[in-house]
Amino acid sequence: MEVLKIATAGSVDDGKSTLIGRLLYDTQSLTTDKIEAIEAKSKANGFDYLDFSLATDGLVAEREQGITIDVAHIYFSTKKKSYIIADTPGHVEYTRNMVTGASTSQASIILVDARKGVVEQTYRHFFINDLLRVKEVVVAINKMDLVNYSEEAFSTIVADFKALAAKQNFTDQKITFIPISALKGDNVVTSSQEMSWYDGNTMLEHLENINPSIAVATGVRFPVQTVIRPKQDEYHDFRGYAGKVVGGSLSVGDTITVLPSGKTSTVKDILFYDQSFEKAGPGSSCTITLETEINVSRGDVLVKEKEAPQLTKQFQATVCWMDTNALTPGTNYMIQQGTSQILAKVKEITSLIHTDFSGTEPTQQLELNEIGNVAIQLSKPLLLDSFTQNKNTGSFILIDQQTNATAGVGFIK
Amino acid sequence: MEVTVKQATKDIRKTLNVNPLESEAIYIFREVVAQFERPVLLFSGGKDSITLVRLAQKAFFPAKIPFPLLHIDTGHNFPETIAFRDKLVKELGLTLIVRNVQDSIDAGKVVEETGKYASRNMLQTTTLLDALEEFKFDAAIGGARRDEEKARAKERIFSVRDDFGQWDEKNQRPELFDYLNGNIDHGQNVRVFPISNWTELDVWSYINKEQIEIPSIYFAHKRKTFLRDGMLWSAQDDVVFRAEDEEVVERTVRFRTVGDMSCTAAVLSEADTLEKVVGEIRESTISERGARIDDKRSEAAMEKRKQQGYF
Repeated sequence: MEVLKIATAGSVDDGKSTLIGRLLYDTQSLTTDKIEAIEAKSKANGFDYLDFSLATDGLVAEREQGITIDVAHIYFSTKKKSYIIADTPGHVEYTRNMVTGASTSQASIILVDARKGVVEQTYRHFFINDLLRVKEVVVAINKMDLVNYSEEAFSTIVADFKALAAKQNFTDQKITFIPISALKGDNVVTSSQEMSWYDGNTMLEHLENINPSIAVATGVRFPVQTVIRPKQDEYHDFRGYAGKVVGGSLSVGDTITVLPSGKTSTVKDILFYDQSFEKAGPGSSCTITLETEINVSRGDVLVKEKEAPQLTKQFQATVCWMDTNALTPGTNYMIQQGTSQILAKVKEITSLIHTDFSGTEPTQQLELNEIGNVAIQLSKPLLLDSFTQNKNTGSFILIDQQTNATAGVGFIK
Repeated sequence: MEVTVKQATKDIRKTLNVNPLESEAIYIFREVVAQFERPVLLFSGGKDSITLVRLAQKAFFPAKIPFPLLHIDTGHNFPETIAFRDKLVKELGLTLIVRNVQDSIDAGKVVEETGKYASRNMLQTTTLLDALEEFKFDAAIGGARRDEEKARAKERIFSVRDDFGQWDEKNQRPELFDYLNGNIDHGQNVRVFPISNWTELDVWSYINKEQIEIPSIYFAHKRKTFLRDGMLWSAQDDVVFRAEDEEVVERTVRFRTVGDMSCTAAVLSEADTLEKVVGEIRESTISERGARIDDKRSEAAMEKRKQQGYF
């Protein structure tokens, strides 16, 4: 079955958790024991209606404060698809969670409060979707019940958002506007009786039509995770390279180059468990054997000879900082690209990028939740795959060597 | 003619397109083996850990699974589960380590609960942490899923624990794209959840598709049970506390989740094949953990247990 991963973004009180609760409720994905728990809690809290956010806010602190702190993953399915929703908090200080959620999603829902319209937070949410090149963006204009289901209110927000979207870099993005009331259920799963002026799809109808298949990339990459050597009589000379095919397909007989060494060989066999295949499609974990014995280990990347990217020890990247210790020039970090870890030095932070599309400014450091342009120097070469061409090897993480924390994420230019 | 057909079949180019959830789980297993020195698979004998074993086989074939299994035995397991465990380990040539909650009780490290709802479920944590320390395991792979419970919905795939096994839920590492950062300090360890993104239905569909053998208690069978708080408890093995006025009746039931007997309730069911079980889960209106009394203790029951090092 198809799996569609969706990230949600919205400001505090935009009703994001309510929307997710509504999707679950109207698709009969909430079991009776969960509904009973929500009913009991809503009643105890003195609410007039069912508080669906109770279905998703998982931590004690979240329920106490009525806010979402950390990314939660919510699952539901229809006959057509399995859905995984990454519910990401909307606070300014939690940009890192939104980037995290968007990094694994093929679609994104941005919530806008119909009473408030496009606000600064909306800019930031859209900016992150643009930066991470999320293909499908759904702008859910929520709380339509509180503006009397007015078409004019909806149209104004659509126009404002379109003005914002004109500033995007990722022009292949598909943006869809849907007027909803998550609380009342309008246009979430069932068509609204209150908005006859809207003839588009409901939220669920729209999601059902999205094709989650991975966007076409410019070249196949096979980062080697581990080498499989059974050391059993039956497989005495077996040497298989375990990894996941990304960015394209790999076939038996393909001439491949091992990077960074540059050695070449030919794909002999593609194995998945106890079966052989002629070809492996993108996203497939498998084991590859080569015709010739060459030195391949974890961190190496197999690419098709003709699609081999350049290697470099110096490059420019956009970095989103996720650590409480600020990023400063001259510091060393471990960079991980694919399965390769390389010692890196931050040479220069060239600018801080405003996440409201208002441009850049010079800076000396990047603080938690800031995004900037950075020049990086490496101890060993990395594949110069730009993020715009290849989402997998075009991204990397920075690991703090003292704390081991994932301190930031970068996108190669 | 037949010869021609056979040749044609052989010439068809077969393309591998692995199901995304299976591919992700295999990818995670391989990251564990590449990034850690001493991984271990926590095996309960339940369907989720049995699924993990199959995924691990696939991840490393033709090599054997390159880590041992660890079973924390509460002493209150269903006998069927233990028999199944031993058979599986033998058939696949795996290494099994068993550590007993009873030993932790005897050593005075934990105190047995008493009363109507007494369970050894909470006590497992101490035995687990001791075992991780004893063998210096740096990665413990488990079958927890995010759809099970709302505190688990916040869990990472690589979840770092401190020296005390504690989960710091407010300070978790972001997991971006496919990147799994397993860098840890000495004394820390990581809990790994390869089927984080699977739902209960995904697990059952996979077991059905792969025709994976599972313990008999997952299928409908006759069992002596008694009713309490709207749930059916096994009266067969003298493990669950039963008041005198709680009447024992033989019913046709199956178990949806297999944990410690003292906290796992049965459901009325006629599903005696995998296909019927999948159909039942699809139509079910009660959640899997709805049959786990340990989660009904309070709204934050799971979060509290996790902070203390529970799985």
